[in-house]
Amino acid sequence: MLEPDPNYFSSFVCSGEIFELKAELNSDKKEKKKEAVKKVIASMTVGKDVSALFPDVVNCMQTDNLELKKLVYLYLMNYAKSQPDMAIMAVNTFVKDCEDPNPLIRALAVRTMGCIRVDKITEYLCEPLRKCLKDEDPYVRKTAAVCVAKLHDINAQLVEDQGFLDTLKDLISDSNPMVVANAVAALSEIAESHPNSNLMDLNPQTINKLLTALNECTEWGQIFILDCLANYTPRDDRESQSICERVTPRLSHANSAVVLSAVKVLMKFMEMLPKDLDYYGTLLKKLAPPLVTLLSAEPELQYVALRNINLIVQRRPEILKHEMKVFFVKYNDPIYVKLEKLDIMIRLASQANIAQVLAELKEYATEVDVDFVRKAVRAIGRCAIKVEQSAERCVSTLLDLIQTKVNYVVQEAIVVIKDIFRKYPNKYESVIATLCENLDSLDEPEARAAMIWIVGEYAERIDNADELLESFLEGFHDESTQVQLQLLTAIVKLFLKKPTETQELVQQVLSLATQDSDNPDLRDRGYIYWRLLSTDPVAAKEVVLAEKPLISEETDLIEPTLLEELICHIGTLASVYHKPPSAFVEGSRGVQHKRLPGSTGLGESLESPDTGSAAGGSDAPPAVIPSQGDLLGDLLNLDLTPPATTGPPPPPTSGMQLGAMDLLGGGLDSLMGAGFGAAPAASPASFSAPVSGGLDDLFDLGGGVGMPMGAYNPPKTVWLPAMKGKGLEISGTFARRAGIIQMEMTLINKAMSVMTDFAIQFNRNSFGIAPAGPLQVLTPLSPNQTIEVALPLNTVGPVMKMDPLNNLQVAVKNNIDVFYFSCQYPISVLFVEDGKMERQVFLATWKDIPNDNESQFQIKDCHLNSDAASSKLQGSNIFTIAKRTVDGQDMLYQSMKLTNSIWVLAELRVQAGNPTYTVSIPLLLVESESSNVFLFQSQATKGKKGTLI
Amino acid sequence: MIHSLFLINASGDIFLEKHWKSVVSRSVCDYFFEAQERATEPENVPPVIPTPHHYLISVLRHRIYFVAVIQSEVPPLFVIEFLHRVVDTFQDYFGVCTEAAIKDNVVVVYELLEEMLDNGFPLATESNILKELIKPPTILRTMVNTITGSTNVGEQLPTGQLSVVPWRRTGVKYTNNEAYFDVVEEIDAIIDKSGSTITAEIQGVIDACVKLTGMPDLTLSFMNPRLLDDVSFHPCVRFKRWEAERILSFIPPDGNFRLLSYHVSSQNLVAIPVYVKHNITFREGSSQGRFDLTLGPKQTMGKAVESVLVSSQLPRGVLNANLNPSQGAYTFDPVTKLLTWDVGKINPQKLPNLKGTMNLQAGASKPDENPTINIQFKIQQMAISGLKVNRLDMYGEKYKPFKGIKYMTKAGKFQVRT
Repeated sequence: MLEPDPNYFSSFVCSGEIFELKAELNSDKKEKKKEAVKKVIASMTVGKDVSALFPDVVNCMQTDNLELKKLVYLYLMNYAKSQPDMAIMAVNTFVKDCEDPNPLIRALAVRTMGCIRVDKITEYLCEPLRKCLKDEDPYVRKTAAVCVAKLHDINAQLVEDQGFLDTLKDLISDSNPMVVANAVAALSEIAESHPNSNLMDLNPQTINKLLTALNECTEWGQIFILDCLANYTPRDDRESQSICERVTPRLSHANSAVVLSAVKVLMKFMEMLPKDLDYYGTLLKKLAPPLVTLLSAEPELQYVALRNINLIVQRRPEILKHEMKVFFVKYNDPIYVKLEKLDIMIRLASQANIAQVLAELKEYATEVDVDFVRKAVRAIGRCAIKVEQSAERCVSTLLDLIQTKVNYVVQEAIVVIKDIFRKYPNKYESVIATLCENLDSLDEPEARAAMIWIVGEYAERIDNADELLESFLEGFHDESTQVQLQLLTAIVKLFLKKPTETQELVQQVLSLATQDSDNPDLRDRGYIYWRLLSTDPVAAKEVVLAEKPLISEETDLIEPTLLEELICHIGTLASVYHKPPSAFVEGSRGVQHKRLPGSTGLGESLESPDTGSAAGGSDAPPAVIPSQGDLLGDLLNLDLTPPATTGPPPPPTSGMQLGAMDLLGGGLDSLMGAGFGAAPAASPASFSAPVSGGLDDLFDLGGGVGMPMGAYNPPKTVWLPAMKGKGLEISGTFARRAGIIQMEMTLINKAMSVMTDFAIQFNRNSFGIAPAGPLQVLTPLSPNQTIEVALPLNTVGPVMKMDPLNNLQVAVKNNIDVFYFSCQYPISVLFVEDGKMERQVFLATWKDIPNDNESQFQIKDCHLNSDAASSKLQGSNIFTIAKRTVDGQDMLYQSMKLTNSIWVLAELRVQAGNPTYTVSIPLLLVESESSNVFLFQSQATKGKKGTLI
Repeated sequence: MIHSLFLINASGDIFLEKHWKSVVSRSVCDYFFEAQERATEPENVPPVIPTPHHYLISVLRHRIYFVAVIQSEVPPLFVIEFLHRVVDTFQDYFGVCTEAAIKDNVVVVYELLEEMLDNGFPLATESNILKELIKPPTILRTMVNTITGSTNVGEQLPTGQLSVVPWRRTGVKYTNNEAYFDVVEEIDAIIDKSGSTITAEIQGVIDACVKLTGMPDLTLSFMNPRLLDDVSFHPCVRFKRWEAERILSFIPPDGNFRLLSYHVSSQNLVAIPVYVKHNITFREGSSQGRFDLTLGPKQTMGKAVESVLVSSQLPRGVLNANLNPSQGAYTFDPVTKLLTWDVGKINPQKLPNLKGTMNLQAGASKPDENPTINIQFKIQQMAISGLKVNRLDMYGEKYKPFKGIKYMTKAGKFQVRT
């Protein structure tokens, strides 16, 4: 042995050592020099300060020995910052190395220079960098691309002034895939600190180049490219599909980060694919296996994957609905994996698999790990709330668990049983007795508070409720605030229910809360109760014992707009924390909020059958009143002024562009569907579809006899049942009277108290219908009183496509609460009086419409001749332009015009003696004043013609 | 991108740090130490930890925490995958990935880390390329270098860096040309009390050791490729060909690599090769518990079940266990309460059994939890999914290689609840 491998760690760097190293560094022997540099590096890596040797180490830089060069570079990068003047000495060597014939050295030099974060050096870096960006060797080019990002980090202005950004953009079209990948990575990093710069100018050409490079570059490059692709918004579904097809093979990559980035691209672009496309189904199927595979990886990977899967199942539960079993917990999974798996199990729980899930959860509840057991018990409660059919089984499972008498299990069980009571009131109260047995073992505030709530809420059924509550009262001051507040409320409830026996108790608690407590919340609540009880016990009863709204499982779903944004950020830190990136990442100032492409405004709605409640965004499914911010926001600044002036701003024009495209496809379909009772695709559907309300009702002539020439008005229907309106019942209808659309409502107060302060507001809707004035309910509505109100409407409100098209979401406010309901207006109220088209125009338009675009409907059981029908329809502003009789069949040609200037043409065929009418409506039925151009002129973009359909 | 890397050992010392951008103070690791303190087990430290200005993403391998520091939005999986690559590279270079090995080779480690990332962007992570850039230390090379004064840093641009097959070096030469493939399947399963399967799935991999001269182009076909519907490939596999013909066609990297990994999901029927009969009971009021456990083979297609190891975490109240194994040896650690029984091979004629009593702490109440039994085993010459390689062909080169395929089934996370 000549010299054993030296263990650099054993040498401690004291001042003597430094001196020794200095001597060695200046040695003439190459070998000795190298060993000395190695020792210096070794000391540096463990955090020892060897900066004093700077000049000596830099002196070793001029060498042909690549290893020595690299080591010196390593040292330079570490200490240049603290010795900027010295670092300048190295510049010359760098510049020279950038000209070296060996590409490895050229690349190394430009790479190292970029890492020296000294302003003076960056000036000298520009010229070599410019050369290297255009180097003939791709290895140098790809290194230089990254160097631009480094330089940008040090001096952004310099990079822009020198035009490096443009050079970088050119590199996206480089012939070498690695260079492309690095250029994309560098640009992405630069773009992150310039959120608004249009650095990544993504167009179909660049996308094509990226997709080509994707197949050939390294796994890391693939991640950069995929993440970049995810920022692109395809022009149409065909482009979207072709990108998806080219990205799908990445799902089989061994690198999980590639897989997850590919999932992100697919999840995003899928939004643009029509649901009935075969490919859409194929894609859904392809997504499941790679996600499942991620769960067999190391726990750290699993964790990140699970956090993302949590988002994916909220958005598209159908992808993993059959994969419940992979989320079953293994006892030696790390706790962070266990908890995530549990969460997803609940999200996937459905009636079909609930038995299996419950059996598992019960198993988990007997494990050792306390945190996990607690969460498992909670999960059982969440299952009960989510899957109604399982509630009974869940409750009995919880009771079994309470029987184990394991302290923390019992406490958790009581907390969730409280929630179950709030979801299914008056159903499982039989278990209260069992709960009360465990009263003494409860030592956690949350469990105590839950138990007290139960006792108070069901005081009338618990014989010794007063004793139980009294026992808590003894240590009132030692309880946490949560428990104190609950105890106060519970005793007041008890008093209102059993006033005779509990007077003393309530006085005691009120005095404890108001006089002996330092907590302002508690004092305030105490005083409120006190005053309520002393002034008006009846009112107190109504306030304290009021019916509480039911809770639902949606409370732990992520808010839909946030979910959409997070889906666009799958695989990132944001997706791990379930927070928008703007909320927490420091480096990314003002990140643009990303939205899923399908939901930008009027676009196609996101309905996938199971996601009903989770989907949402701007186009909420019809039945559910969206609880998201913007609607609430609108409603909160009601102020009783007509929303036409204070209402939300018109939708952004980008939305309109998309809307136009969409109207061509979906809009008209829905218009027809909504107005005439059947979607064109659904063949000659009968007019009895509940959506209709339009022509169907118009022909409901039996009821129409009484009003010979007036417009048809459907009878009032109940919109808001008293149960949901806290006693307020609203029924109503729509009518068109003297050219004004009116919403005619009957308000009935079925509650015990007087209602005042009524106000109304509409959500954005398809035709921009909005109240033209405030809701005129001037006198308070006393109990059992009924009042008729007619609210004039205009059509200048903001527009958003609804489904069905004539759906209207309404919020009514009174002194009690805000109530939401949705109703459907007959499309006929929108037919304007000047809807009579000139004969010539009609003829020309009718001819222009291709035959195959026609849809036909049948109206059955209509015993009216054509003239009578015609005059009847005229009353509803449907005008007969011409009449023709062929083979004993009367053909009526009719026109009508909607408030938003859409013309509708129709042909009505009436066979004498045959009660069935046939209505034909050509699909391209809309024409505006400007000839031969089909326009959709919405109220929101009034004056801005040109949204072509 | 990745800012810095800290390596932390089990006792909480930072023994190596590397910064790819500006220097991040070590104090950032304090947040990691806090999380470490909170975690009951070393593996329970959460993989992503937020700090006021940075994020710490860590993996635990070989009892070393690899903690990466990031400052801006970076895909966490990207970081974790990279850290795995670092671990694999160290293992590849030094044989083991331990604190001692890393400290002994600190300069090589530094050179490697510098080569693997540039400004936080991955640069060269393929073992083949790295080995051309930085030669792995061997005793022989250390001696030769010392004598000749040559270095262990390559002077040439690695050939694979820019070619379309970046995973393979050019100019590979062997005197014995051989290609070996190991089909290894792990069964993950949860079996409930009554012996029925709650979930079972197979994680399979095909690991290859290919030592072939030149640029061979291999194809591997299966008797039943239908089984492989959820696969992850090494980048060398031509995906189009697989999609169309279900044939693996690839130019292999040189040396050891993982050709593909696959997953046979719980929806397919998974054969369970062993069964367990157990009776672990504690009685109320008694300070003793009974323990009786028997193992037996099933669905093994006549192959022997070997290297069986049973372990179980007994309840905390158990003081000691007095058991009698019919074969092998058992140990019970009274501190961690871990019972392990090294069974060896299962003889179907005489089933292994472990029986006896457990003593509880005096006066302690009956434990609430039921211990879970963890079983490890191996079965040679069988892939439990039934996957079979049909043939392996080589194109592009003239010589005749030696080919071999081996099958093995192992227990992954195989758990029996009691």
